[in-house]
Amino acid sequence: MSLSSPTAEAPSSASATDGSPAAAPAPGPPAGLTPMRLAWRRFRRDKAGVAAGSVVLLFFVAGLGAPLFAKLYGKDPYTTYGQNEPGLLNDYGYPIAPNGGISGEYWLGIEPGLGRDVLTQLLYGIRTSLLISLAVVAIVTVLGVVVGVTAGYLGGRTDYLAGRVIDVMLSFPSTLFFIAFTPVVTSLLTSPGEEMSPLLRGSILVMVLSAFGWAGVARLLRGQVLSLRSREFVEAARASGSPPHRIIFHELLPNLWTPILVTASLAVPAYVTTEAALSYLGVGMVEPTPDWGRMLLKGAEVYQTDITYMFVPGISMLIFVVAFNLLGDSIRDALDPKTDR
Amino acid sequence: MTAAIPAQAPAGDPQSAAPTAVPLLEVSGLTKHFPIGGGLLRRKAGAVQAVDDVSFSVGAGESFGLVGESGCGKSTTGRLVARLLEPSGGTIRYDGRDITHASRRQLAPLRSQIQVVFQDPYSSLNPRHTVGTIISGPMKVNGIDPPGGHRKRVQELLEIVGLNPEHYNRFPHEFSGGQRQRIGIARALAVEPRLVVADEPVSALDVSIQAQVVNLLKELQRDLGIAFVFIAHDLAVVRHFCERVAVMYLGKVVEVADRASLYTNPHHPYTHALLSAVPGERGADGARRPRVRLTGDLPSPANPPSGCRFRTRCPKAQAVCAEQEPPLVRLGAAPAPDVACHFPAPPDPTAAAGPVAAVPAGAAAP
Repeated sequence: MSLSSPTAEAPSSASATDGSPAAAPAPGPPAGLTPMRLAWRRFRRDKAGVAAGSVVLLFFVAGLGAPLFAKLYGKDPYTTYGQNEPGLLNDYGYPIAPNGGISGEYWLGIEPGLGRDVLTQLLYGIRTSLLISLAVVAIVTVLGVVVGVTAGYLGGRTDYLAGRVIDVMLSFPSTLFFIAFTPVVTSLLTSPGEEMSPLLRGSILVMVLSAFGWAGVARLLRGQVLSLRSREFVEAARASGSPPHRIIFHELLPNLWTPILVTASLAVPAYVTTEAALSYLGVGMVEPTPDWGRMLLKGAEVYQTDITYMFVPGISMLIFVVAFNLLGDSIRDALDPKTDR
Repeated sequence: MTAAIPAQAPAGDPQSAAPTAVPLLEVSGLTKHFPIGGGLLRRKAGAVQAVDDVSFSVGAGESFGLVGESGCGKSTTGRLVARLLEPSGGTIRYDGRDITHASRRQLAPLRSQIQVVFQDPYSSLNPRHTVGTIISGPMKVNGIDPPGGHRKRVQELLEIVGLNPEHYNRFPHEFSGGQRQRIGIARALAVEPRLVVADEPVSALDVSIQAQVVNLLKELQRDLGIAFVFIAHDLAVVRHFCERVAVMYLGKVVEVADRASLYTNPHHPYTHALLSAVPGERGADGARRPRVRLTGDLPSPANPPSGCRFRTRCPKAQAVCAEQEPPLVRLGAAPAPDVACHFPAPPDPTAAAGPVAAVPAGAAAP
């Protein structure tokens, strides 16, 4: 970054008229940088954030590059290697090699029973989990922001109505609803006996999860907008004749990025686990689609004999959730112009 | 009657500041009642009569003060004048045009002419925008393209209000309260307004900074010929800044007078009490004023006293005060003050003749 600007000193000359300037940091952020670049600088100084970001990035790369990796590695997540090749599974269907069958050939072992490759299942599972959770988070955030900001800014009857709808949504037992409702939607969208494509199944999951998720985001943003709306800078914008859309997008939204980004970045790992939970409960993704929740379900069946198979998706998910939460925290810090590290 | 009367006062001419000229801003019978909603069914339980039947006028380039204790409706009046609130009654005429209930679109051509400087420099600047964005915002909204671009104009404005033009890219939190208030003033000036509503612009600042900001505003008023509605509770600041002053009590204007007349010879008992509460303040004869102590609390504006609103605390109150509301009437000829009282103090001929310049210039710096 080229910051040869000579204005990088602490406030000088004019500020002397008002006595000492406010807690202006001694090195002072160099003038001439856009807010986004300042945020990026702050983020880069945050070691935990950079580390968490790298881990998250690794997961994204692994998910995106799963087919390529599978090609180089020479396995796919569907072939039942254990059943095709003798010497991998014993008579009871468990891997013969120690630690769940980890070997030079099968880096994370093979699945008990069917004998599929664990590593490719894990990588393809990232795709399923991330795709679904990112889609849900995108829909939930957009819906929640629109409803919350509108209700908060307009107030009055709109706010009251939106508030009651949110109340109902939040008090709904959503997990029970998912379990009860997903088969209903499934049967509505497919004719009996027809196999459902994984894409359609994923879309149904996204729809059901989004239908309840937006309420929390909307409530949070409504509250934020209510507190911002009465601030004098909004009145100043109105006094200069700003139309409502400019006030919302130009004055309010920049102050809402922090809560939006924080909730979104916390929601991604939450939906990854929710999706896994639904798959675990049998209403999410089903065989043979690779999925972490489904792997955990299988792991729970075999953990007494083959604990490795449960550890692989479990530890992966733990690392992903922790890293994503830390990243969300760092993004919040970086976007706040008041944090100076 | 909207827009029928053409603009008569020339813009930015401080010479037309005499109150007798066609006023830039004319407020008559202005009323704002805030409904008190109550109960589950949201029925209307009453109304806070924040501003009730307030009338005054401000000439072009004139500085008009609005004083009173907290909760007397002076800030609400300011917000009504800037059309940040919808009046419940009365009329606001700006430059001959009725803007009382004008919509945002109808107001658009006038928005650049009426600007507001807010009380709290910590909440009046968007913490996520740089100083440059904040000050150029009103220009962009009103489609003003200054020669040399927005950036150059913002830097000029920063220099005018005494800040370093190089602070263009800084965020508000990097500045002190006084500097932030200067940024707020620069934002108001960006669209070259003719009227600025200054809502307690210095009361949130350190005393040592107050004088600087008031002097800055005074310079701007003199150099740019901007009319001010200056809202404050600090009598010394108002005395330093304003040519004419209105005193408000519980949503009503009780006295409007020239600076010299108001401070040396107040007519309304409330004005008298306010002035006698200022330490070191002296009357027309140079002697210490007798201390007028107000007893009791400010009545609730949701349920104001009958008749004169000040009667519950007034040392002069009599039976008639509870029955009849005193109208705001002029005591004598033109320079005489307008007073709303059944028993105003007798007019003092020496005070009206007293020169305005007799007010010490340092009065604002306590």
